[in-house]
Amino acid sequence: MGKVLLEVRELTTRYITRFGESVYAVDHVSLKVEEGKSLGIAGESGCGKSTLALSLMGYYFAPLHYMSGEIIVDGHNISGMNPDDVRKAILGKEIAYIPQAAMNALNPTQKIIHFVEDVIRAHDPSADKKAIYERACKLFETVGLPPQVLEKYPVELSGGMKQRTVIAVSVLLSPKVLIADEPSSALDVTSQKMVIKMIRQLLHDGLVGSLIFITHELPLLYNVTDDIMVMYAGQIVEKGAAREAVFDPLHPYSKGLMGSIIVPEEGLREVKLTAIPGVPPNLKNPPSGCRFAERCKYVQPECIVNAVGLRSTEGGRVYRCIFSEKELREAYRNG
Amino acid sequence: MAERKVCLSGSGLTKIYGFGRTRTVAVDHVDFNFYEGEVISIVGESGSGKTTLAKMLLGLTSTTEGEIYFQGQRRDISTQRKKLEYWKNIQAIFQDPFSSYNIFNKIDAVLLDCINMRGGHGFPRAKKVEMMTEACSFVNLKFEELTNKYPFELSGGQMQRLMIARIFLLMPKILIADEPTSMIDACSRATILDMLMGLRDEIGMTIIFITHDIGLAYYVSDSVYIMEKGKFVEYGTADEVILNPKEPYTKRLINDVPKIYEEWDLSTV
Ligand SMILES: Nc1ncnc2c1ncn2[C@@H]1O[C@H](COP(=O)(O)OP(=O)(O)O)[C@@H](O)[C@H]1O
Ligand SMILES: Nc1ncnc2c1ncn2[C@@H]1O[C@H](COP(=O)(O)OP(=O)(O)O)[C@@H](O)[C@H]1O
Ligand SMILES: [Mg+2]
Ligand SMILES: [Mg+2]
Repeated sequence: MGKVLLEVRELTTRYITRFGESVYAVDHVSLKVEEGKSLGIAGESGCGKSTLALSLMGYYFAPLHYMSGEIIVDGHNISGMNPDDVRKAILGKEIAYIPQAAMNALNPTQKIIHFVEDVIRAHDPSADKKAIYERACKLFETVGLPPQVLEKYPVELSGGMKQRTVIAVSVLLSPKVLIADEPSSALDVTSQKMVIKMIRQLLHDGLVGSLIFITHELPLLYNVTDDIMVMYAGQIVEKGAAREAVFDPLHPYSKGLMGSIIVPEEGLREVKLTAIPGVPPNLKNPPSGCRFAERCKYVQPECIVNAVGLRSTEGGRVYRCIFSEKELREAYRNG
Repeated sequence: MAERKVCLSGSGLTKIYGFGRTRTVAVDHVDFNFYEGEVISIVGESGSGKTTLAKMLLGLTSTTEGEIYFQGQRRDISTQRKKLEYWKNIQAIFQDPFSSYNIFNKIDAVLLDCINMRGGHGFPRAKKVEMMTEACSFVNLKFEELTNKYPFELSGGQMQRLMIARIFLLMPKILIADEPTSMIDACSRATILDMLMGLRDEIGMTIIFITHDIGLAYYVSDSVYIMEKGKFVEYGTADEVILNPKEPYTKRLINDVPKIYEEWDLSTV
């Protein structure tokens, strides 16, 4: 087993709105990412993927609040750390985070080199301009970006180029964990592929220690990450190797997700896509039983009453259901 | 196979925006015959001219050159009356459902408008409610829960279903769906697609499905048109175009989509 770069144990966080309401967006989530490995986080919008990303970096600025659990980054427990200190000591260096739609949030009046200087100076205020420039050039060349990009303004770059630039700038400090939140969702397929290729190269070449990749597009995750974790309404419902999660899902929700995959491959037209009826529960007031019960084809009376815990299979997979692996497989065989 | 009847066609259809240095040829001399009752996909990357073409077909923007024929006749929307008449036959659903509603109109008003457009002004209130309830239940929405709400109080998926409920009431001959699922989750996508296809079977509509997602196009359509820089570079049945693409552009679109059964070759970029 490789060195564990990020470990999260039973992390629970919530939003407290201005009206005093709580949104239970991350509920007892545990995960581990080893050096050189990647974890994908899947689930429909609103299930808590982005909140989990912020939470596991210790980025607790209102209205997001830490409740309980532990976050260990490369051996250091950062749970309970002051978020301002997190910003100084963790962000960029230990964990690099590329938020959703980051590329459209760049200040349009600054050249790319300016963002580079910001990132490096945040951790080394005395770094000189020339050294910074050379360092950036070197990284850009490694990942196949022309160094001329450094002298450009964001609007002068195409969408795909802008996103790859954002990623390159984010990893300047060789973070131990790179978290990319929907980094390619707004791009055309070819640009998306270039982004994916670059992220895989970063991991492969050790320019980032490990990767967490968030998207609701499963075929994409399948091609990017070693493991996949499926979230539903703030909780993990399944976690395991990517291949198993896609081709042999256990949880009825993951099963539904996999049944909605669309790829331009022969045979697709004969497959009937499965739609998951209904909508996820409101996280202000999540059900006390299984959170998926209301939409589940296989629901039992006790699912509605009792909370359902995670269970592990012999093969090291984890899922949240009252049924055993065998019972689930049988249910799926019978349709 | 029954005889295919052309319901919408175009010849040399062109749209140029701006002039001089800002001149953009958004749609460049496209020709097509769309057949009644079929699902036709138009696939291309962003900026390839799909939405501009949709707007021309709908009569929401002028054509720079070329002609559109509706049911064999040259389309005439030269007066407001003719336009309204045309819109009884051709309707659209857009990518961002929120942009398509008057935000000050409550949901029942949105649906009521549709009934009125189809000449239901004089129906008794009870009849109108019954029609709206039926339309909502077709898309799995509860009419009672929607009355008095504003469109922005709904989620993206609910909004898109409301758009489909509108189409259910309007019963156009042709529906243009411009990226109807690109703002919603993969798992709600199947629901929306099922509803659209159900609607086609229910009222025998022709659907022009606009998407950047070639997998989606393959899944839903009878015919596929591939659009690159304003031109149709390839078209044919879904199987022909997706399983046997001829044009390099089509091949690239297919290659660059992540695969799960075949190897996804990253070396091409
Ligand atoms: N600033 C906020 N205040 C209150 N609730 C929020 C806030 N941001 C997100 N939420 C809620 O938290 C839940 C999880 O959201 P999010 O993490 O953005 O999900 P995802 O990234 O999976 O789409 C949702 O129910 C969302 O409405
Ligand atoms: N109203 C407009 N004025 C000027 N140019 C436009 C306008 N709408 C679209 N364009 C340009 O026309 C081209 C095609 O755009 P569009 O039809 O929106 O493509 P798609 O829907 O395939 O993304 C693009 O280059 C776009 O910038
Ligand atoms: Mg998110
Ligand atoms: Mg468009």
